[in-house]
Parts: sequence; structure tokens; C-alpha cells
Amino acid sequence: MYNAGKILIGLIIFFGLATFPFFYNMGKAIAKPEPKVDTPEIMKLAKQDRKCVESKEFMRAEHMQLLNEWRDSVVRSNTRVYVNAEGKKFDMSLQNTCMRCHSNKKKFCDECHNYMAVKPYCWDCHIAPKEKES
Amino acid sequence: MKTLIPFFAVVILIVLALAGVNMANMQFLFGVAIPYAALATFILGVIYRVVKWGRSPVPFCIPTTCGQQKSLPWIKQDKIENPSSTGWVIVRMALEVLLFRSLFRNIKTELRDGPKLAYGSDKWLWLAGLAFHWSFLIILVRHFRFFSLGVPFPIRMIEGLDSFLQIGVPLFYMTDAVILAAVTYLFIRRMTIPTVKYISLPADYFPLFLILAIAASGVIMRYFAKVDIVSVKQLTMGLVSFSPVIPKGIGSIFYVHLFLISILFAYFPFSKLVHMAGVFMSPTRNMANDSRMVRHINPWNYPVHVHTYEEYENDFRAKMKAAGLPVEKE
Repeated sequence: MYNAGKILIGLIIFFGLATFPFFYNMGKAIAKPEPKVDTPEIMKLAKQDRKCVESKEFMRAEHMQLLNEWRDSVVRSNTRVYVNAEGKKFDMSLQNTCMRCHSNKKKFCDECHNYMAVKPYCWDCHIAPKEKES
Repeated sequence: MKTLIPFFAVVILIVLALAGVNMANMQFLFGVAIPYAALATFILGVIYRVVKWGRSPVPFCIPTTCGQQKSLPWIKQDKIENPSSTGWVIVRMALEVLLFRSLFRNIKTELRDGPKLAYGSDKWLWLAGLAFHWSFLIILVRHFRFFSLGVPFPIRMIEGLDSFLQIGVPLFYMTDAVILAAVTYLFIRRMTIPTVKYISLPADYFPLFLILAIAASGVIMRYFAKVDIVSVKQLTMGLVSFSPVIPKGIGSIFYVHLFLISILFAYFPFSKLVHMAGVFMSPTRNMANDSRMVRHINPWNYPVHVHTYEEYENDFRAKMKAAGLPVEKE
């Protein structure tokens, strides 16, 4: 091989970049996130009433969009009532509706957001609930 | 035909992944086995290609230049366009790789009435190429958040800049729009310019369709038909820690996305896409134009027996003298 030194340096850089994720995570404990829905507020409810504003599957995929729509609707058109798929009415409010049940931001919100390295900007404006370090 | 064959090839690949996951339940094959095989093919294939190029001799000093060569001290050298040292070769190469400097000089030619040949600036290919390559790189880099726990700061910073506009939720990435627009432009360009269409092959269209399908499936997954992203990360983290898991309930579009990327990776070393490595191995770009200072020895050269004039005279001195011819040595 001609210019073997230079080519080898290039190949080593290429190999390092292509396999970087394998090296970066070496020896790290990989625990999957487990958001908790066992807050006192939820536990107080009867079993059949333990439902979010929409279905679990919908909330898992679309919660961010729902919150975004709520924000727009409240801030821009002063509409504060949300009617869900079952026709039930809710007050559109992160702090008063969502966080009333899900008072455990650290174990509910942050668990997955940190895992996915997502930083929602909810808490740029809203005041995050004070929680004891668990 | 040149467009339809690659188009249907990509369609078949998508159908294959959908059928494999939805009907045959081959999540392990599409989620673990094929991605591993594709990555191995990619790495080994690129190394193979580079080593093969490295073993090819370069018989002449052939940098392509378009500036004043290093000459007499009072003539100003164009150091970037006509580098004579390794340092300036690196500068020229960096500009070529990062900014496509040679493509910036792309011009169009037209035969006008007269007949008169007219040249004009044509920067659209350069612009679309640059937009495409850079957005692809940024997208690749920000995907690293699926492959690491405790995502490193530079990755988060790139992602933050990419979603800087804060449009919608999940935040809209600028590069998503740029790559789709750029690839579409590059495809339309191939289809509408007759000369370019004439020289385009299925191997030119296939990567375009493949990349378009990859970008589109990614966009659909992020903004429209969302998949369970936490499970996706469990799968990708399983891959990079060599303890593969197949979490239940990931949307099948994710497997389409992953399968198409695996195809792209596996296809990479054996197609024109390998210009990623090839650009560094191009003698017309990576050599210094120092042929007036350093003699370029052709590696092909084998020892040739040369009969010098001195030897010739030694052989025939007596006869030359007898014939009255002048000789250098008496």
C-alpha cells in the first residue's frame, strides 16, 4: 500500500467514528425508564376512575401535541375547556389538571425525557413542583 | 426504466420490511440481525475499498490545479488552488470536503443564436448538494441521542440548534425540511435537464429514492404516525451494548426506517456513495503540485537497462576515431 501511514490514520479515524456508539456506552448500566403513576392523588381514585384525559396509548404518543394545543387554545383564544374522546370535560391546565394527579414530575415526566435526552420547554414558564429528592 | 427500476426497488424494500414485521413477525431479523450485518458490511467494505485504492500506484504527479503555480519569488502563488506543500493540500482538501469548492465553479453552457456559445454561473447544484450533505450529517449526528445514555453535550447542542425555531411539538427540525427539499431538487434536476437525464443511471436514482424514503419515514415517525420512542431507544441501546432486545409494540414504520438505513449502509461501499472515502483518495486532489521541486517516481518503474553515450563511445571509440568522428574521451 502506498502512503500506508496516512491511509491507516484515516482508516483508524473512520473505524473510531463508525463504532463510537459501541465504545461510548461500554460498561454503562442500561436501565429502561419506568415512569411511576402511583402518586397519592391517583391512589385515592377508585380503580375504574384511574384514567387520564385520553387513552394511555394516545397520551404516550401525543401528549406533547395535546399540551401544545392546550397552550395555544388557552393563551391565544382563552378557551379553557377540553372535551375528550368520551365527551368528558377537563380544565386545560398543566399545573391544575395534569400535575394534580401526576405530582411526581421527577418520576413521571423526567424519567423518559432524560432517557431520550428531550428537554421540553414547559418549565421555562411554568413553575416546576417542589419535590423531595427520592 | 432507468427511474422506474430503482423506484420499485425501494418500494419492494419497504413492502419487504412491512410484510416481514407485520405478517411474519421477523422483528429480530429486521431489528437486530440485518442492522448488525449492514454495519459490519459498511465498515469492512469501506476499509476494503480504501485499501484497494491505496494499493493502486499513482504513476504521475497529477493534481488538478487552477491557479498560479509556485514559481519565481516575485510571482504570487495561488496557494489554495495550486498548493505546493502538504499544509496547503490539507487546506484545499478541507475546503473541497466541507464546502465543495470545485463544484462552486460549476458553470452552464448554452448555444445561443448566432451561433454563439455562452457560459453562465450555475450554483444551484452546489447549493443543493451542500444543503443535502450538511443536513444529512447533522441528522446522522443528532441520531446519536438514540445510541447513548447521558447524551454528550455537543450532540444536545446540535439538536438544540436544529430545533431552534421551536415550531410545534415535537420540535420541528430544520434539517428535516432541508434534506427533503434538497433531495427532491436533486431528483428533479436529473429528470428535467436532458443532458443530465441522459447520463443518469439506475445507480444514480436508487440512492436518491432510498434517502428520500429514509428521510420521509423518519419525518412521518417524528411528526405524524408516532412510534413508541422509548421502546425504540431500548432497541437501539440493546444494539450498541451487544445485548439486543426487541421491545413489544414499536410501530412497523420504525422497522421500515431501520431496514432502509441498513440497506443504505450495506450498499454504501459498493456504490457511488463511497465517494465519502474516495474524495480523500483522489490523486487529483490529495497531491501537492511540487513536480518542479520533487521528482515523482512512478511506482511501476522497473529497472530499465540504459545504454549511455559514455558506454556507446567506449564500445565504438576505435571505429569512431578511424572514421574521423569527434570523441569526448581520447
